Amino acid sequence: MSTEAKQNTITPNTITIDGQEIPFKDGQTIMDAALAAGVYIPHLCHRPGLTPHGSCKLCVVDIGSRGVSFHNSDRRVQTKFSVDIDGRSVSACTTPAVAGQQISNNTPALNEVRKTITQMLFIEGNHICPSCEKSGDCTLQAMAYHLGMLDGHFPQFFPHREVDASHPTVMLDRDRCILCELCVRASREVDGKNVFAIAGRGITAHLIVNSPSGKLADSDLETGDMAAHICPVGAILIKEHGYEVPIGRRTFDLHQVGEIGLEKVILAKVRHTDE
Amino acid sequence: MSSPIRTVTVEQVNAVIADAYSQSNHLLHILYALQQRFLHISHEAVREVASHLGLPISQVESVVEFYSFFYGTPRGRYNILLSNCTSCGYMVGDENLMDTLCQRLRVVAGKTRADGLVSIDETSCIGMCDHGAALLVNGMPITRLDASKIARIADLVETETPVANWPAEWFRIDDNIRNSSLLLKNDFAAGDGMRAMLARNIDGTLAEITQSGLRGRGGAGFSTGMKWKFCREAQGAAHYVVCNADEGEPGTFKDRILLHSHADAVFEGMTVCAFVIGAEQGFLYLRGEYRYLLPQLQAVLAHRRELGLLGSSILGQPGFNFDIEIVVGAGAYICGEESALIESLEGKRGVPRNRPPFPVTHGYLGQPTVVNNVETFAAAAHIALRGSTWFRAVGTEKSAGSKILSVSGDCAAPGIYEYPFGVSIQQVLDDCGAKDVQAVQVGGPSGTLINPVKFNRKLGFEDLPTGGSFMVFGQGRDLLAIIVNFAHFFAHESCGFCTPCRVGTTLLKNGLDKIASGHGTQYDLDEMKRMGALVKRRSHCGLGQTAANPILDSLQRFPHVFEQRLAHSNFEPYFNLDGALEEARQVTHRDDAAAHLK
Amino acid sequence: MSKIRIATTSLAGCFGCHMSFLDMDERLVALLEHVEFNRSPLTDIKHCDPCDIGLVEGGVCNADNVHVLREFRKNCKILIAVGACAINGGVPAMRNHFNLRECLEEAYVNGVGVENPQIPDDVELPLLLDKVHPLHEVVHVDYYLPGCPPSADEFLSVLGDLLAGREPALPKKLLHYD
Ligand SMILES: Cc1cc2nc3c(=O)[nH]c(=O)nc-3n(C[C@H](O)[C@H](O)[C@H](O)COP(=O)(O)O)c2cc1C
Ligand code: SF4
Ligand code: SF4
Ligand code: SF4
Ligand code: FES
Repeated sequence: MSTEAKQNTITPNTITIDGQEIPFKDGQTIMDAALAAGVYIPHLCHRPGLTPHGSCKLCVVDIGSRGVSFHNSDRRVQTKFSVDIDGRSVSACTTPAVAGQQISNNTPALNEVRKTITQMLFIEGNHICPSCEKSGDCTLQAMAYHLGMLDGHFPQFFPHREVDASHPTVMLDRDRCILCELCVRASREVDGKNVFAIAGRGITAHLIVNSPSGKLADSDLETGDMAAHICPVGAILIKEHGYEVPIGRRTFDLHQVGEIGLEKVILAKVRHTDE
Repeated sequence: MSSPIRTVTVEQVNAVIADAYSQSNHLLHILYALQQRFLHISHEAVREVASHLGLPISQVESVVEFYSFFYGTPRGRYNILLSNCTSCGYMVGDENLMDTLCQRLRVVAGKTRADGLVSIDETSCIGMCDHGAALLVNGMPITRLDASKIARIADLVETETPVANWPAEWFRIDDNIRNSSLLLKNDFAAGDGMRAMLARNIDGTLAEITQSGLRGRGGAGFSTGMKWKFCREAQGAAHYVVCNADEGEPGTFKDRILLHSHADAVFEGMTVCAFVIGAEQGFLYLRGEYRYLLPQLQAVLAHRRELGLLGSSILGQPGFNFDIEIVVGAGAYICGEESALIESLEGKRGVPRNRPPFPVTHGYLGQPTVVNNVETFAAAAHIALRGSTWFRAVGTEKSAGSKILSVSGDCAAPGIYEYPFGVSIQQVLDDCGAKDVQAVQVGGPSGTLINPVKFNRKLGFEDLPTGGSFMVFGQGRDLLAIIVNFAHFFAHESCGFCTPCRVGTTLLKNGLDKIASGHGTQYDLDEMKRMGALVKRRSHCGLGQTAANPILDSLQRFPHVFEQRLAHSNFEPYFNLDGALEEARQVTHRDDAAAHLK
Repeated sequence: MSKIRIATTSLAGCFGCHMSFLDMDERLVALLEHVEFNRSPLTDIKHCDPCDIGLVEGGVCNADNVHVLREFRKNCKILIAVGACAINGGVPAMRNHFNLRECLEEAYVNGVGVENPQIPDDVELPLLLDKVHPLHEVVHVDYYLPGCPPSADEFLSVLGDLLAGREPALPKKLLHYD
């Protein structure tokens, strides 16, 4: 009863993130609303303007029990999770904002979870930052800095992954791919092509190229494509532009990953707008 | 002998594609035909399929790599897959039947023999848990394996005897119905439910389903009437009915029996649903492991078409048009998750979608879709015929009707037990002749591990929901080995979409392997707890959200099975140090003391 | 007050972390008022006495690395993994893409300009592990000092914390992996 009464007093079309009331428009996700209000929710696979993906889980937030429940017909989810004391865990980037949601975001516990997930991303691939051209411009690395990650914590998987250097201007080093599918979506949704896809499953899932030989050179990828630039890590790199910006002057030497609206800066890697 | 693969021409590939296409344009079916014919799906075949179906090459490639039963390199002419389930798996006591078979045929598991004759590997539960150890040979199940049968199989392979000429009784699959209630006791004549439905009309039928209190039998227990109502109300160019016959949860085989002996009720339930939601197309998504049921299911469909129960103007009702297509999966547990299933139906990798939107509004091809379990549809057909009161008369307040259990493991009479909801675990154990029970896994690896003090718990949505798997573990079983088996299952079946499950299930698997091998410490155990909690809470779909259940349950209820295996040191390395020198020893031919690490 | 005793070593590393340590320049003098060095390339002491802090640069690539690392773990109250290689294998771990035989054959048999091609098998040489591993996969590690190399400021920050009896907490502005 009392919860119901409380819910009615909430102004329509606002959600609350860490105690801060935030307006939202119909159709916005929690992430959309948060970013619009200048509230940072960590994210790796999300990029405003592309279809939300929900895979990296850096954006996990907890919604208090007063959030409206979905009629989720998935077995087990319902029966097993209604009892969670901290409410539901959802991905902010895919979950619609619903009036009255009480959301925890920037809490030590959630940032600890995010740090662990970041460590998982590091150890499943081969991230040797000192030898990576993306170092300093890399969102994964910046996320790790943001979360205070000192080490990978878990044993390294040291997977064998293929490098594709066939393309004249674009390099694909799968060792660093975090399967965020930003390139997949950018190619389909912005470039109007379909250059990339994920194949396989589980821990062997990997990025493939849509071409008869499976090589980038055979695809219709061009240097100007968004897909060639959007990779948050050093998996897709533009050739012959390595180290144009010296270490120490790179995106995350000058910026924090938590600054809102950094996407343009990150995309304009070759020359920073504010350099 | 030259292997037949090398001589494959594009023409041959295209002939197979064209032939398969003439029967079904579904990507999975065309890939199956290629796999059957050429024992693998080459890059060239991928390109041809893509151009034939007008699909991106990458989509076809990604599907080939996703499903366990498609291979990029040639399998043997005899491709043998042994179930690795704890109930129908190749470990029989201490005997490893897969090793035995591999040794007899001189094959390394996972690798095709050099002459191309045979390949042997393991696969997730194939749903033969009431039949003892089981395998699939070129897709056909053989059960009740023991060492002598393994020896005979090896001979038949070595002598290249066609599978069709192997002893017929090896392939016999029984229903093993031990206890019947609503669905298995009552006869169901094709069409009776639909005639009753037509008499009640749409609203009346929907009301009957809703009032019956029927909840989904796939596990979550969502109200079937509500689901149909939501779907009916959803706007869309077309509505679809999908029957989830993926039955991949280890230890579950009740849908196998329903499909084998009660297919009319299942199809009739789908048709009732189609009538209510206004669908003209239905799909039965059959797990690849049950492909052997396909001819018979097709025959039932054909018969129903003859009877006017499928097709256009069904039972003479103008405008009531509906038909059912069977789509056969290819080895992926995740395709039982409804949105992954829909992706698979659409010819893609089985990756769960983001929700909302839910399938009832945005399902197959983005249109309103009902996905229900096999048993749910069978129950709906009976309710259409006999009414909601008949159904409600059995079961409990929140769990109306009966539940079909697949009982397996350490008991005298494994098989199918249908009970009114509310039955206690102890009752089931008594009925199946289980003695000295150490634990029961209710609902399969994704469900709940129960210890004896809780055997009074009752099956039902109020207490212990279950999709139907009921695995009994006697005192003689190594419980840790079972937990390890489950961890391997989830790591193998994770679709790889989200970080917590993709990486976490492998970390859990590796951590448990370390503990089981006697190299785990208390620290490793604490790490399991932490990772288990994260995977459970932060994963994208039900697979990840339940993958840690066996570990978390057993840490809570059977802590000793871990503790007695722990190394009594503060730290143990994460890899075998001496083993890591083996390659160097071989390359340098050294074996002196310094060439070893303790 | 007795001085804090520190041991340092480089396993599969490049001594870059050690060089960076020396980048403290004149601040090293102040530091030496509080610390003394035991086993270290800086002192040429060959084996560890019981120490307060062990700084280990480089990952674990051979049997000798394992022995040295174990000696450090045994003798140092606090063991710190220093630098990218110690933390995740770093550049030496790039050989993990290949099997050991391929690596050795490339270096000693098929490589350009190799004379008298032969894979060394002298018993004096430590055998290589099939993969290069970070320290924490072989022994328990207490703290991590990332960077390639960690800057002198990072060393000072962590040592300063430890000398003051605080839990080390690297300021975010010092945190970097390259
Ligand atoms: C990993 C996973 C596997 C599943 N496997 C099955 C299955 O094999 N059969 C099934 O009916 N439901 C399965 N489900 C549940 C379905 O998502 C869905 O809830 C169910 O088919 C709905 O039907 P119902 O309401 O009749 O139970 C699975 C769910 C998950 C998360
Ligand atoms: S992609 Fe980023 S995290 Fe990975 S190695 Fe490069 S800089 Fe480091
Ligand atoms: S290549 Fe880059 S953008 Fe593409 S999936 Fe991998 S990490 Fe994401
Ligand atoms: S939880 Fe597992 S199965 Fe589900 S989406 Fe994530 S990776 Fe895929
Ligand atoms: S940003 Fe939301 S899951 Fe990746």
